[in-house]
Amino acid sequence: MTLPEPFRLLAYLAGVMAFVGVNAAYLVWVERKGAARFQRRPGPTEVGPAGLLQPLADAAKLLSKQLLVPPDADRTLFRVAPVLVMAPALMCLATIPFGKTLGARSLDLGLVMVFAFGSINVMAIMLGGWASRNKYAIISAARIVSQNVAYEIPMMLVVITLIMVTGTTNLQEIVEDQAGGFWKWNVFNLAANPLMPVTFVIFFICMLAETNRAPFDMAEAESELVAGAFTEYAGMGFGVFFMAEYANILVGCSLGAILFLGGWQSPFGILSGVGWFLLKLYALVFTVVWVRWTFPRTQFYGLLNLSWKILIPVSLGTLVLTCIMLKIF
Amino acid sequence: MLLEKLQSAVGAGVILPDGHETFVLNLGPQHPATHGVLRVKLTMDGEYILRAEPVPGYIHRMQEKMGENRSWSKYLPNTSRIDYLSAMTYTHAYVLVVERAAGIEVPPRAEYLRVITSELNRISSHLVWFGAFLLDLGGFTPLLYAFDDREKILDLLESVTGSRLTYCYYRFGGLCNDVDAEFLTGAREFVAYMRPRLAMYRQLVTDNIILRKRLEGIGRIDAELCRKYGATGPVIRGAGVANDVRRVEPYSVYPLLDFKIPVYSECDCMARYLVRMDEMEQSLRIVEQAIAQLPEGPVMGKVPRVVKVPAGDYYHAVEAARGRFAIRIVSDGKEIPYRIKLRTPSFSNLSLFEEASRGMMLPDALALMGSLDLVIPDIDR
Amino acid sequence: MTPTLDELNQAFLRLLTPAPALGTACEMHDATSCEGKGVSPNPAPTPPPTSAPVPPCRIVEGKTKGYHFDADLAPDQIVPAGRLLDERGFAIDAVTGVDWLAAGQMEIVYDFYHPVSVLHVVLRCRVPREGAEVPTLSEVFPGANWHERETHDFFGIRFTGHPDLSPFLLPEDADYHPLRKDFTGAA
Repeated sequence: MTLPEPFRLLAYLAGVMAFVGVNAAYLVWVERKGAARFQRRPGPTEVGPAGLLQPLADAAKLLSKQLLVPPDADRTLFRVAPVLVMAPALMCLATIPFGKTLGARSLDLGLVMVFAFGSINVMAIMLGGWASRNKYAIISAARIVSQNVAYEIPMMLVVITLIMVTGTTNLQEIVEDQAGGFWKWNVFNLAANPLMPVTFVIFFICMLAETNRAPFDMAEAESELVAGAFTEYAGMGFGVFFMAEYANILVGCSLGAILFLGGWQSPFGILSGVGWFLLKLYALVFTVVWVRWTFPRTQFYGLLNLSWKILIPVSLGTLVLTCIMLKIF
Repeated sequence: MLLEKLQSAVGAGVILPDGHETFVLNLGPQHPATHGVLRVKLTMDGEYILRAEPVPGYIHRMQEKMGENRSWSKYLPNTSRIDYLSAMTYTHAYVLVVERAAGIEVPPRAEYLRVITSELNRISSHLVWFGAFLLDLGGFTPLLYAFDDREKILDLLESVTGSRLTYCYYRFGGLCNDVDAEFLTGAREFVAYMRPRLAMYRQLVTDNIILRKRLEGIGRIDAELCRKYGATGPVIRGAGVANDVRRVEPYSVYPLLDFKIPVYSECDCMARYLVRMDEMEQSLRIVEQAIAQLPEGPVMGKVPRVVKVPAGDYYHAVEAARGRFAIRIVSDGKEIPYRIKLRTPSFSNLSLFEEASRGMMLPDALALMGSLDLVIPDIDR
Repeated sequence: MTPTLDELNQAFLRLLTPAPALGTACEMHDATSCEGKGVSPNPAPTPPPTSAPVPPCRIVEGKTKGYHFDADLAPDQIVPAGRLLDERGFAIDAVTGVDWLAAGQMEIVYDFYHPVSVLHVVLRCRVPREGAEVPTLSEVFPGANWHERETHDFFGIRFTGHPDLSPFLLPEDADYHPLRKDFTGAA
């Protein structure tokens, strides 16, 4: 594989977009089927075998709908917001190493880049909410901002802990470091920090909150805010927000798999490859779906309390502990 | 003073003394949390509610006027369309008040069957509340489980009444038809099936930390507030008052049955939640005992072809799933009622919402509203 | 505190009769309900109903009526009577009207129940049908607010001092009162 660099990037961009598109569509299917199974019902069955063509039917429906812009809304921002939500998720995937050689770019600052772009997503949803000139959407936008400010902090602290252990922000190198079996994975790297599993749990909780997933789906708390920031969106505008949610879940779960679960490394030290990465990724995605259909939504202030009063002190604690461990050993 | 200022502000925000600007948020008439067409006009300061003014009446059908232009018995089907989730108990109140007024005797078997069907209906109503309440709190899955159980009750009741929601099973002096052995076996099986389910709900839902955090200490409604507003049912029993018409003003065969009135004195949403969860267990006990004691005999007493009620006014209250439901009838001795007044629990329970929700945050206020278990046609009538 | 019927009756008599009329004060509406009162089972022959003044309040038999105490009030006695019941721990049940078209009167009926005892009290007030007006009870029982608003909707009875009598269950521009017996709009 020695394509010239620009072509390689273009090919990769196409690949990632296809990956995200197919995943977003089929994660909806997984979510609906999963929810149905949790709820003792069959879920989609009508379109295609086991409802497998349902996402395509949904997409066709959404595409054929009129794009409505509410009167007095900020037309430009209203239209731009869905794109702004989708684009950072695609950018983040550019640095994700799917396999030993499968990745667009092995950036030295890969992790930093993922977080830099990951934060834009929040601003885009906020813009969407603000631009729709709807009271529910504005409440939702305000909630999203404070929620994400609250959860970026423990997430960053966790990631800093991890960077201290690995000594690099290059995602490919982080994965390489974890070679040799599941006991080498960061989540079990108790020698560096005995609280590593706790760190992983904090990371996962923050990831749920960052992607606005239940039980932290304050933004589109449908029983309170109708559909939150997306209330006024119709057709593909809503569809793109919806896809972006799954794209962000993909990014979040990929990061979880890379940082803590050894990425594409095999748990037994042999036969490492992209299959393992996808397995770990989808296991995490499934957990996200599972959590959503099991728990009720938290209160908004309960969510902030959890972050400021529990997660931030605990993650600070693990950070300090890691510093001490690194200094001593 | 502030309140008048806010009242004058229709739709537009006002500047509060602390510099915050308020805004008016219309919750409904179509909103996922109102479970029907109820509109609540919220004056908000950010996410805090300064004033919540319910605006009912969107599905008002003038049920009381309908009573004045049809005979006593033709009004029977109307009573099941007021609170469509608790139709049996509402019909029960109506047949009881007419029987009381006209001096009609009811055979014991009919009264027992009325209690069995009413209690099954109460369980199904509480199951809908359970699912819908959890849905308000953002937990979607319990709804499907609750509907799964409710389906069994609906099948049972359909087998004797012919309808699944708006039952018209009771008649003046008895029931329209007797039950068969299949129904009794089915009801017994349901009791045996439902007990482990309730235990499961306790483990899966009631003990969930997120649920507890959302309900404990939220939405305080104390006994005094209930009294001033006439709130009844699980609302007042969650405020530590053992007010249950089945016990306070016993009717039908309830005095012969052994059951507890669940009372929690925390006055919060959790107390009201637990009252309803415990009530389902007690209703199961009632059904079980009533089936065991069910006497043989006719299900219809001696009733004149055209029921006439002696002139005067009569009143009867029953414990419906949402609280005290009462019918006051005024008769002038003719074949059609002179006046029928329906005193519905949801109406009184919602009337305290404005006072109880003051200063709450929006999600908490919706938890409070869910814990009142509103059925909108019951408010609007 | 659970009030007793006797005590309630005495309190109402003090409230409703201008001068204490001893002896005749407590008149039974129904002889069968006397056991609780300890009145002799052989009451004095009742005078013909046309000549005897109807007592303003009476104990009635709950088994046949569904309520236990019944009082006829003048409009200005409603609020004091409400306070009296409030002090005794009663809760507001409902407020409604009855249109007595033939008699040209409008009756306002207040129901009160007691949260922990069986007692159910009915207060009634009859006013002329046209321009019917009574004071509001919502100062004593805030819950009466909605019931009175509804009664105003349905009967056109005005409750003086009520904070907001705009249509409640009826459409917001409704200017009719459907439960009046002469209402024909729905026919």
